[in-house]
Amino acid sequence: MSVYEQITQARASAIGEIEQVDDMESLTALEPVLFGKKSTLGGLKRLMGEVDAAEKAAVGQALNQAQADVRQAHAMVKERFIAESRREQLETERLDLTESLEKSMRGRLHLVTQTMERLEDVFVGMGFTVSEGPQAETDWYNFEALNLPAAHPARSMFDTLYLDLGERTEIGDGEGGEATNILLRTHTSPVQIRVMESNPPPIYTVCPGRVFRRDTADASHMPVFHQIEGLVIDRGISLTDLAGTLNEFTAAYFGGAIRSRLRPSYFPFTEPSAEFDITCVICEGEGCQTCQRTGWIELGGCGMVHPNVLSNCGIDSEEWTGFAFGFGIDRLALMRHGIKDLRDMYTNDVRFLEQF
Amino acid sequence: MKVLLSWLREFAPIEGDPYELADHMSDLGMAVEETRPLNPLKGVVVARVASLRPHPEADRIQLVDVEVEPGNPVQVCCGAFNMSEGDLIPFATIGTVMPDGMEIAQRKMRGELSNGMCCSAAELHLGADHDGIMILPQELQVGASLMEQLGLVGDVLWDLEINPNRPDAMSVAGVARDLAARLNVPFEIPDWSVPVVEAREADLVSIHVEDEELCPRFTARVIRGVTVEKSPLWMQMRLTLLGMRPINSVVDVSNYVMLELGTPNHTYDLSLVPNGHIGVRRATDGEKISTLDDQERTLLSGDGIIVNEESAPIGIAGVMGGASTEISESTEAVLLELASWESESIARTSQRLGLRSEASARFERGTDWRLNVNAVERFCFLLSEISSGEIEIVGEVLDVHGALQETGPVSVRTSRISLLLGREFTSAEIRELLLPIGFDVETTDEEDIQLVTVPSFRPDTETETDIAEEVARHYGYSSLGTRVPRSPDAGRLTAQQKMRRMIRQIMIGSGLVEAMPNPFLAPGDVSKAGLSVANPVQLLNPLAVEESVLRPSLLPGLLTSAAYNYSHRNTGLRLFETGAIFLASDDPTSSLPDESEQLAALLTDSDAAHAVGLLRELGDGLKVELTLINADDLPGLHPTRGARICIGEEEIGSVGEIDPVILERFEIEDRCAWLDLRLDGLIEAAIAGSGVAYQPVSTFPSSDVDLAFVVDEEVQASAVEQTLRRAAGDELQGLQLFDVFRSDQMAQGSRSLAFSLKLQAKDRTLTDEEVGGVRQRCIQAVETSHKATLRS
Repeated sequence: MSVYEQITQARASAIGEIEQVDDMESLTALEPVLFGKKSTLGGLKRLMGEVDAAEKAAVGQALNQAQADVRQAHAMVKERFIAESRREQLETERLDLTESLEKSMRGRLHLVTQTMERLEDVFVGMGFTVSEGPQAETDWYNFEALNLPAAHPARSMFDTLYLDLGERTEIGDGEGGEATNILLRTHTSPVQIRVMESNPPPIYTVCPGRVFRRDTADASHMPVFHQIEGLVIDRGISLTDLAGTLNEFTAAYFGGAIRSRLRPSYFPFTEPSAEFDITCVICEGEGCQTCQRTGWIELGGCGMVHPNVLSNCGIDSEEWTGFAFGFGIDRLALMRHGIKDLRDMYTNDVRFLEQF
Repeated sequence: MKVLLSWLREFAPIEGDPYELADHMSDLGMAVEETRPLNPLKGVVVARVASLRPHPEADRIQLVDVEVEPGNPVQVCCGAFNMSEGDLIPFATIGTVMPDGMEIAQRKMRGELSNGMCCSAAELHLGADHDGIMILPQELQVGASLMEQLGLVGDVLWDLEINPNRPDAMSVAGVARDLAARLNVPFEIPDWSVPVVEAREADLVSIHVEDEELCPRFTARVIRGVTVEKSPLWMQMRLTLLGMRPINSVVDVSNYVMLELGTPNHTYDLSLVPNGHIGVRRATDGEKISTLDDQERTLLSGDGIIVNEESAPIGIAGVMGGASTEISESTEAVLLELASWESESIARTSQRLGLRSEASARFERGTDWRLNVNAVERFCFLLSEISSGEIEIVGEVLDVHGALQETGPVSVRTSRISLLLGREFTSAEIRELLLPIGFDVETTDEEDIQLVTVPSFRPDTETETDIAEEVARHYGYSSLGTRVPRSPDAGRLTAQQKMRRMIRQIMIGSGLVEAMPNPFLAPGDVSKAGLSVANPVQLLNPLAVEESVLRPSLLPGLLTSAAYNYSHRNTGLRLFETGAIFLASDDPTSSLPDESEQLAALLTDSDAAHAVGLLRELGDGLKVELTLINADDLPGLHPTRGARICIGEEEIGSVGEIDPVILERFEIEDRCAWLDLRLDGLIEAAIAGSGVAYQPVSTFPSSDVDLAFVVDEEVQASAVEQTLRRAAGDELQGLQLFDVFRSDQMAQGSRSLAFSLKLQAKDRTLTDEEVGGVRQRCIQAVETSHKATLRS
């Protein structure tokens, strides 16, 4: 038998043995027989010395090839055993994922907070800052500075809740001018006054927050509710800037199909004054029960800041002009989610709170 | 304010689609709340009541034989009892679709057939009256269409919302003026002059106005030979449709003139005004008057009153007349009053007495003194037109006034109007917009400046800015265009606002749901929640006593919310709130109460450890080191399960469990964990801590040391932790309490606290000696500081 035949035979027998093995243990036991010095191929290596010099290279190559083939056969089988054993292991770990006992631990922000944050984000995107102020206010900030002196007939538009702070307050007719009425702000406009008092124009800010009215709670009124107001004071600000800003806000908040429009109105703190309507979000302008078939719903009030308000805050109304607007936050939330009764938002029933 | 197309058309030739006209009115600032083309009411006819019979089986309904064709009555069951045989009534025949959509069908009521329906004014949408069947005047034609007979077919009724600055629009004529200007059609107040007679001695009247501020103008006239009767149907219909109830010819004309011109007026039976003496003054406190509605009213100083020659009140100025001079069927001579009143005084008085009326609503906005004489003429013209007999109008019009307030012209810059409205107007454009609504415009030498005289029916318009609004209104707000201004600065939230949002996110990330309880409390709620607040802030004019205190803490509100949920079987609550609390200020210079924003959380069916865990989430999330000091005296908290929360030395809140006594009061049967802290304090600390300097991560191996000590129960675990921290020094990378163990084997009143320390140096591997040294220092420090012993 030539040396080549011996190599071929040794290779075939080694591979044959590998293929006989049926578990990892036997394979490991076989390894010395396959690769050790005492293995058949290992034995043939020792014969290299007896091979002719001219044949050496060819025999060596044949021997190496045979060894490589045996290793490969071994590796393949070994891999198969590993894969099988892993598969068995994984099978023992099989899990019904719908058996999970973990409870969701996610809480919820109140619908009013969610709405307020969404509104703030839209205005921040439009270049506004967000301003805040106290909920208990003086008569000056809530009314007088806003061009609503005591005895102004338009004060009856606001059913005001006053605070009893003992000797420091009096609910007078305001004619004395000494005692200060302390009240719960009826709108967030006092924040506008505070901003104008302490910041030189230009001013681009929104004032979201809680406001109070002496209203009996019903499906559409609460004595405690939330508003957001906006204020812009700059050079050359006009009614068209107001209309444009509200348009931009409306599209950003409600979506492109919803537009806004202005209608003349009256507020003591603005002149010219306007109501602003938006396309009915239910019917998108087609006319439905919600909008009383007009295609529009009234959202809030706005106008050019009254020169008296500017001068009350030390701003020269010849140099600077501005606009302000405001609307209710709670109502937006009701509209968006189809809630029929405002009171439901404030029962704090978790079955309500967890829905949003 | 409601207006009727046919009435508007008496002042201007207004044409167009009712809904388009509505859009114009809304766009002019007179928001249309309803447009109602008057329905021809097909099937509703004039019918005669032929006979009335009791229903054999029912007391609450009767049988009416109704004649639509003479001699051919049909039987109807009717629940009203106000008609008599021979009356004419509106009758809905079978098949009629009523304004509310109901279809009239033949029905059987308690065994009797009903072949149609007798209608009330409300059922026909012709007025508010639904108490009885509408009784029609006898001159109507039986069997004919009701709406045709009433002359209402084709008419349109609009309901307008008029703002307080538009006294002029509180009248049919005023609305017509505004709308005519928009439609570019002429507007005119017709000539209402009437033939007059000489005054006789009995007609002599004298007016004495003591307070010209209260009453700038008092105009009066005597009309005699008056027969007080029913006014004609057309007038009754107009009054009814505009929301007033027809009374008699004199009162109806009075109301008609008010609605038409916006000039409230009053009529006296002259024979009941001794010597025709009328005085005007302010009341003194406690004066009494019995008003037209037969109520006795007590007056206060400042109220305007009309008095007789004995200075006794016979009317409350601008609010309601007195019963003593009321028009009755026997009235022959009428004294007509057309007065202008101080609007604030009328507003105050009518509000206080709860007597808001169509008249007071107009006086509050301010009426047009210039119209007084026109209105007197209109009254006389109408009364003579509708009277069945001849009336005699005394020629003399008494007109008492001081210097009437004429407003001087306002200087208006075209450039300023353009700036405010954001569109370049020319002076001519401004003129053309203002002239049709009664403003007078004069040009000046300066191209930019015009002098604008405001008409007396627009007392709200005083300044250049006010005039800008008029220009904008008639140009059309929506025609001005749009533009978006840009802030020179970037929009942003403040660091505080961002941190507040982050705190809320941490709370919801920890599974808490945000609640918004009522900030108003009942007086007992504060102590019910175990709090003692010396003087909580009270409301001066609460709606109800249950809502008369401003919360001094978030605890009562969240407990109430939890109790509400428990009563609805929602348990295992995790609620939080951020909101303002109010306390009377200690600072005598502060007029406002102290207001601070709090963060509170209430976890039901949870013990104090859960609240501490939540607090730790908060501290970790915000990188704020919050330390706890156990305390037995925290209001509302479990006496042995509470701690103060501190940042450094500053106390910012409390944590623990709610006192079980309080939970019982709120009927919450589970333990409740509680956390309450000052949000501003937390936010400031979080902002301060947000810029920490980077500490390079050590690349050398770390060593772990576990130490367990038996420590007296009196010693806070956090104190031991502090001691370990100090003793371990710079190499301490981590420290964690990992086990608490109590057992009988240990001395009474003590427990084992096991800590794991992780030691690591920045620049080298710690040697066993070094680690041993630290271990020894830690043991020694804890043993000496806390009388603790190492557990081996």
